[in-house]
This record gives sequence, structure tokens and C-alpha cells, in this order.
Amino acid sequence: MALIIDFAVQGAQMLLVLLLAPLLTGLVRKAKAHFLRRRGPPLIQPYRDLVRLMRKDVVLAENASWLFRVTPYLVFAATWVAASLVPTFRTGLLFSWSADLIAIIALLGSARFFLALAGLDVGTSFGGIGSSREVMIASLAEPAMLMVVFTLALIAGSTQLSTMTGVLVSTEVGLRVSLGLALFALIMVAIAENARIPVDNPATHLELTMVHEAMILEYSGRHLALIDLAASLKLLLYVSLIACVFTPWGIALPDGGPATLALGLATYLAKLAVGGFLLAFFETSIAKMRVFRVPEFLGAALMLGLLATLLLFVSQSL
Amino acid sequence: MTVILALSCTAALLAVAAIVVFIGRWSFATPVVYCVCFVASLMSLVAAVAHLLGGSTPVSVTLPLGLPWLGAHFRIDALSAFFLAVVGLGAFAASLFALGYGRHEDAPRRVLPFYPAFLAGMNLVVLADDAFTFLLAWEFMSLSSWALVMAHHRDPHNLRAGYIYLVMASFGTLALLLMFGLLAGPGGGYGFAEIRAAHPSAVPGAWVLVLALVGAGSKAGLVPLHVWLPLAHPAAPSHVSALMSGVMTKVAVYGFVRIVFDLIGPPAWWWSVLVLTLGGVTAVMGVLYALVQHDLKRLLAYHTVENIGIIFIGLGLALAFKAHGMASAAALALTAGLLHVFNHSVFKSLLFFGSGAVLAVTGVRDMERLGGLIHRMPQTAFVFLVGCAAISALPPLNGFVSEWLTFQAILLSPQLPSWGLKLLVPAVGALLALSAALAAACFVKAFGVTFLGRPRTPVAERAQETDRFSLSAMYFLAALCLFAGILPGLFIDALAPVMQEFVGARMPVQTRAPWLSIAPIAESRSSYNGLLVFLFIVISGTLAASVIHRLASNKLRRGPAWDCGYPDPSPATQYSASSFAQPIRRVFGTVVFRAREHGEMPPPGDARPARLTVELRDLIWDALYAPIAGAVGVVADRLNHLQFLTIRQFLSLVFAALVILLLVLAIWP
Repeated sequence: MALIIDFAVQGAQMLLVLLLAPLLTGLVRKAKAHFLRRRGPPLIQPYRDLVRLMRKDVVLAENASWLFRVTPYLVFAATWVAASLVPTFRTGLLFSWSADLIAIIALLGSARFFLALAGLDVGTSFGGIGSSREVMIASLAEPAMLMVVFTLALIAGSTQLSTMTGVLVSTEVGLRVSLGLALFALIMVAIAENARIPVDNPATHLELTMVHEAMILEYSGRHLALIDLAASLKLLLYVSLIACVFTPWGIALPDGGPATLALGLATYLAKLAVGGFLLAFFETSIAKMRVFRVPEFLGAALMLGLLATLLLFVSQSL
Repeated sequence: MTVILALSCTAALLAVAAIVVFIGRWSFATPVVYCVCFVASLMSLVAAVAHLLGGSTPVSVTLPLGLPWLGAHFRIDALSAFFLAVVGLGAFAASLFALGYGRHEDAPRRVLPFYPAFLAGMNLVVLADDAFTFLLAWEFMSLSSWALVMAHHRDPHNLRAGYIYLVMASFGTLALLLMFGLLAGPGGGYGFAEIRAAHPSAVPGAWVLVLALVGAGSKAGLVPLHVWLPLAHPAAPSHVSALMSGVMTKVAVYGFVRIVFDLIGPPAWWWSVLVLTLGGVTAVMGVLYALVQHDLKRLLAYHTVENIGIIFIGLGLALAFKAHGMASAAALALTAGLLHVFNHSVFKSLLFFGSGAVLAVTGVRDMERLGGLIHRMPQTAFVFLVGCAAISALPPLNGFVSEWLTFQAILLSPQLPSWGLKLLVPAVGALLALSAALAAACFVKAFGVTFLGRPRTPVAERAQETDRFSLSAMYFLAALCLFAGILPGLFIDALAPVMQEFVGARMPVQTRAPWLSIAPIAESRSSYNGLLVFLFIVISGTLAASVIHRLASNKLRRGPAWDCGYPDPSPATQYSASSFAQPIRRVFGTVVFRAREHGEMPPPGDARPARLTVELRDLIWDALYAPIAGAVGVVADRLNHLQFLTIRQFLSLVFAALVILLLVLAIWP
């Protein structure tokens, strides 16, 4: 019986992230439009876009290979699996032990690896520029992210997200300098990884500074829909990750009843909404930076993460 | 029993090497030699695996060869069995590949005798149980691989590569010779059993460590002793490149582990500082060098340097834990290092085979002249892609597992009491993370420029799929990458006897964990299940595909590429290898390589093309090797006039040397 409930909760989480991801993207767009004194598209516009794209024919470049056609499914699958392993409204999900936080980061790395290859597949200059800049950004964002993971793992004594949340939700941790540094580093990495302003602009693909949109320029129809959905899932994943580690209050623990589940769900939705609003506010209040300023931005994140880890290494002996 | 079987396989290889000198002229010599090598390596692989799984009680045997009062000692224990399996696996796959690839060889008699000899040399190094046999086998391995590097000796680049390799290999062996002298002590006990019994005191122990790092590290490719490796490995025929990069560097790692974890006795904590620093620097420098290459085989060779760095990070952590008496953490770190030895030998062999297949059908190693091969060589492209994903440490393949274990070992290190390590280990962790991310960039470039896009030259346009033997060898290794990635517990458990023997503890039994996941310490702390991750990805990918195809649309049209409305038909407008690496070169290379770009723009109205030249400097070569080479040249010039002395002057020189030696002997305490 308990197994069936666990299965149901895990399945609910998978469906929940899939269904909420476009809504979060819509919320960020709406909020940004609001800050710019525009009315903006309705909240459900991303769903409409996805449905419309899925119904259209795929127009494939003449020399696109099988890799180009497989990549959207791979990227979507890897991102979806990663997003369903991050605790959202309840910790200790049935399969949460099958991948720890390092493996989740690496799964996102797999998705990016194949997307960057697909950018090179057709042999156009825009695809190449996107791929080459994407791997440059990733080569700094990934180590910075791993430093954040180290910090969290050293505080919680585990790289398992459920255990981490369980430790951080208990009152014994309190405020720590290294947690603050890790939060800053994680936010910087999340901005870069999700191709948001100031690193990249998700709303354009007609300027020479674009990265993510240049890489997927040749995609159309259902392939494009899957890649867009994967991008929304990734944004949701990072917001959930920040929420479950730095604001774990309200999340349901494995031994809680239905009431705690409802509370967990309600607080999760509230955290998502706040996260989306903050992102939109940040994006409207800052200008996009030049591509070669991005390494400095991410280098700062890497140094913050390293400093946080170093502090923990040193303080654990005292 | 196992040791006899392994030695007979080695003897068979040596016999083939001798016979083929006479029959090499015959047309069937190539398939026969590779067939025999295939069978012999398979047998030694089976024997080694059986020994490793069947309890691994050490067996030794003494043969009446070599020095008369010493004999040749051979012994197989868990560590030798593991490395014998790595050598056997690599040799097995390379021989299968060579059954097809070897036919493209212009002068097979330059390869055939040395190939089995090279395999035999590597087998003997891991089986040797006294210093004399070890050094003899080591030098035999070096010289036979040198002969294979010189197989295509008409190319002046290969001549230079062979020369530098020979100098570095002799230098490394010299270091090992001195080291064994220190280990054996004044008593001269050269058997490993005697060395083990007599632990050196602190000062010679430190020298032994430094000499082992120089001797084994130069063979493995530790920065700054790596300079020969990216020259020599690509120069050899591709199946030999695979063996040199995938297997011979691992034999060097074996030498280091054998000396530092076994012969030398209990380690001092600061040794690990040296090993960790070298490992971290090697990992990042190796991948940065690899990123700026556009020769496919040289890129792979530089990338071997990176992986050696990762292995040495694992070994350094194991040393640190062992020195502080944290046996179970040491077992985790050593398992991570040795598992990476196995994993790297699998995917690096696979990648060199792939580059060999491309080289055989196009005759080109330069990525800037390839492109679009995925259409002409779909199967090679697929297996090469698996290798690229595995070496970039992407789950659910095998490269990720060993790097994940290394990260877990790093996360245990705050418990180390010494301050030096407390400050060093996080920095090494950052270097490891950086090198892992750069490796993914490097292999996006290697695969993307070679196999994707549009063909850049007519040879790339006319390429054909490679032969069946080569393909089956590559498919076998690709399947192994996946298998070791989704069921790593089997491999971790197989390594348990090595851990018991050298650090006195083992990791928890993995194969009994539910769902076959791996948990280095406890499940609540960290666990990873490659099988489930693989299944989840496959299921959700197929689910998405079938739902969309059923409910939405499955129509597909082909059209010209979009490219924002301005597609250019010339393949030269694609991103090339050097333009792909330009952002990373600009971020890291301006410091590491002093990278400079000069744009030369002709004035308006001038018909000459604009040119962009990139200038890179190898600072290690400039700062370390060029001065030494210059000094040797100067000294040789000065000493040159000693050649033209009279007979009396020569005799007085000999007399003076004799007197000085006698004086030294008289003064020596």
C-alpha cells in the first residue's frame, strides 16, 4: 500500500513539473510585460504555442542527420527526468535516491551536450556561433554549480537532495556565511544556465549576441516544441532547486499525512510565483552584457562557490 | 595457475613476434598475427578476470631467466590481475580492430613484429615481481612502442616525435632505476618481497616518491613531463595509438600504484599534496591543450593527459586518507581512481579506433578538412558519439561513474586533520569540475566538426563506411561503456580485493543494494543508479515521441537550411575547429598559451583576402624543455674537442678518472 502511494506521489510530481513548467514561463513573461507597462500575453500563451507547434509539420534542413531529429527527444527526456528528481512539494520521493544532485547537474549537462551538437549538425554559421558560445558559458557555469553542490553537501553531510532539504529545514543549521555565498553563486549560475538577461536574451533571435536561440535556429514544429518545453522545465528545475534548498519551509516530509502534502503543494506554488516575479523584476532592471563579460560574471560565481567550500573545509575542524 | 597461463600467453606473443620477422613478407601474415594476438589477449583477459573474481590469492612463480643469482620472479595479486585485465581487454579490442584496419598498412613489416612484442612487454610489466624483471619489461615496452611510433618514419614530424619519445622514455627509466636502487638499499634485495619487508626511512622514502612520480609520471603523461605523449601517440598506426593512450599509460599508473601503495610502505601525508597538485594541474592543462588542437588524433592524445590527471587526483586522495588512517575513505578514493583507469582505457581505445577508421577512409587527420561524415559513415559516427559522451562524463555512461566517485571522495576530505590538505582539496575539486566541463566542450568540438555539418573537402564527401572487423571492435567497446555505466556496482565489487590488500578496507558491497544502485558510504548520504536513470530517459523519450506522433503530427518536410534567411552554400562558412574553440581560447588561452590573434585586413579596393592568424605558445616547452635542449647542445659543442685528443691525452684522462673513482671509494663512509 505504501509503495502504491509512493508511486502515486512520484507520478504526481512528474506530471506536476511537466504541467507547471510552461505556466512559470508564462508568468515570467506576463510579469516582465507588466513591469514594462505592457499588457503582455495571457498566462496560458506558452501552452497554446506548444500545442500549435506540435501540430505543425517539421521542416528539416536538407542535410540534417538522424542526430538532429533524435536530439529534441533526448534533451526533453533528460531534462524531464532531472526535473522530476528535485523535491518540489514533498521530499523522499520513491526514486529520489536514483540520482543525487551531482547526477542531476550531469543530466542537464547531457542535454546541453546534445543540443550543442545539434547546433553544429546543419552546418550553418548561426548554429556554430550558438554552440560554441553555449559550451564556453557551460565550461564556467558547471564548475561554479559543482562548487555550490559541494557547499550544500558539506553542510548537510549528503549530496542527496531529499536529505539536504531535511537537514536544512531543521532549525539547527541557522544562518551561515557559506550558505549566503552559495545562494549568490547558485542564482548567478541559474541565470546563465537558463539563458536569461544579462547573460542571454530569451526573447530574441535576431541579434548577434544570442546564444541559446542561435543554437536551435534550425528547429521547427514538434522538435521546437519539445526544446521549448525542455527550456521551461529547466527554469522550473532551478527555481524548485533554489526553493527546496534555501527556502525549504512548508515542504512535506516523507512521514507527513495528506494535510502536509496540501500545505507543501500550496507553499510550493507560492514559492514558484515569488521566484518568477523576482526573476522578471531582475531581468527588467538590468541590461544585457557583452558576451565576453559573461566569463567574468561566471568566474565570480565560481569564486564565490569556491570561497564557500573553502570556508566549510576550514571551519569543520574548529 | 593464472600466472602460468598469463605467462604462456605472453610467451606465445613473443614467439609470434620472432616468427613474423621471417614470414612478414607473406600476404597472410597480417591476419594471422592479429588473430594470434586476439586469442592470446582474450585468454589472458579471461585468466585475469577469473583470478580477480575468484578470491585473488597471490600466486608467484620464479623462472630461471635473467640474472643467474636472482632469476625472474613473477607474481599475480589483485592489483596485477586488474591491470592484466585492462591490458588484455585493450589488446583484445585492438587486435580485432586491426584485423580490418591493418590491411590499410603500407609497410606491414614495420608494424607486425613489434605489435605482439609491445603487448608482451605490457603483460610482463604488470606480472613482474622483482626490480630487474620490472625494469627490463618496462624498457622492452618502451622500445617496442617506439618502433611502432617510427612505423611511418618518412614523415619528418614522426621522426621528431620518435626522437623526443626515446629521450623521455630513457629519462623515465633512469629515474625508475635510481628509485629501485634506493628501495633495495645497500643490501641489494631486488625482489619485490624483500623490498616490501624493508621499508625505507623518511628521507629516502621522499626521494623514492619523487623518482616514481618522474619515472611513472613521464610514461603516464603528467604535466610537465607530458611533452612526448601528444607527439608520439598520434604518430603510430591507430590501433597502436589506442593501445598507447588507452593501455600503456595505465601500465604506468600500475607502476606508480605498485611502488607508492605497496613497495614503499606507509606514506607520509605531504606526499598526497604533491600527487594532488600534479593531478589537478595535469587535468586542466591537458584539456586546455586538447581544446586548441585541430588534429583529431592529437586532440585525443592531449585528452589522455587530462584523464591521467583525474586518475592521479583519485590516487592522491587515497594516499591522503591512507596516511591519516581513514581506510574506508581511502578505499573509496582508490576505487574511483582505478575505475577511471578501466573506463578511460575503454573509451579512449574506442575514440582512437574511430579516428583510425576516419583516417583509413579519408587519409585525413585534420578536422578542418573533414565534416559531414555522419551521413557517409553512420555506424562509426554512432559509436564515436557514444565514446564522446562517455569521456565527457555524461550519465548514464561509464565516465560519469568514476568522476562521481572522485567527487564523493573529495566530499569526505574535510575530515582530514592536516591544514595543507584542507586548503588544497577544495581547489583540486574546482580544477576537477573545470576539467570535466571543458572536456564536454572539447568533445562537442571533436564530434561536431568531424562528423556533423557539411563536408569541407572532396575526400570527406567521398568517405565510405569502414569494415566489419573495425566496426565490431568499436561496437563492443561502446556496449561496454554503457554496461559499465549502468551496472557500475559489479566493477566496484570486483575491485574490492585490491582495496583489501592495499588500504586495508573495502567499499560496502554494491551488488546487494536494492535496484543495483551504488552507494559509496550510505544511501542517505549519496547514491546513484545508472540503470534507473538510463531506463527513465529511454522511457520518457519514447513516451514523448509516441504521444506526439500519435496525437499531434508526424509529418516531415525537407527544405533548405534557414540560417536566419541568409544560408551560404559554401562549406567554408561553417564553424571550423578553431573558430569553435575561439571563445574558450579567448577566456583561458590568453593566460595559459599567451594566445594572440592578428587580423590582417587589406585596404578597400584590394583583392587580397583578409587573414586571421592565431599565435599560441606552449609555455611549458619554452620555459622547461627549450633551455635544457639548448644547454645540452652548448655542452656537446664544448665537449666536442675531446674527440680529437692524442692517445697519450686519452690515456691520462682514463688514469685521472680511475684515480678520482678510487678517491671517492676511499672517502665514502
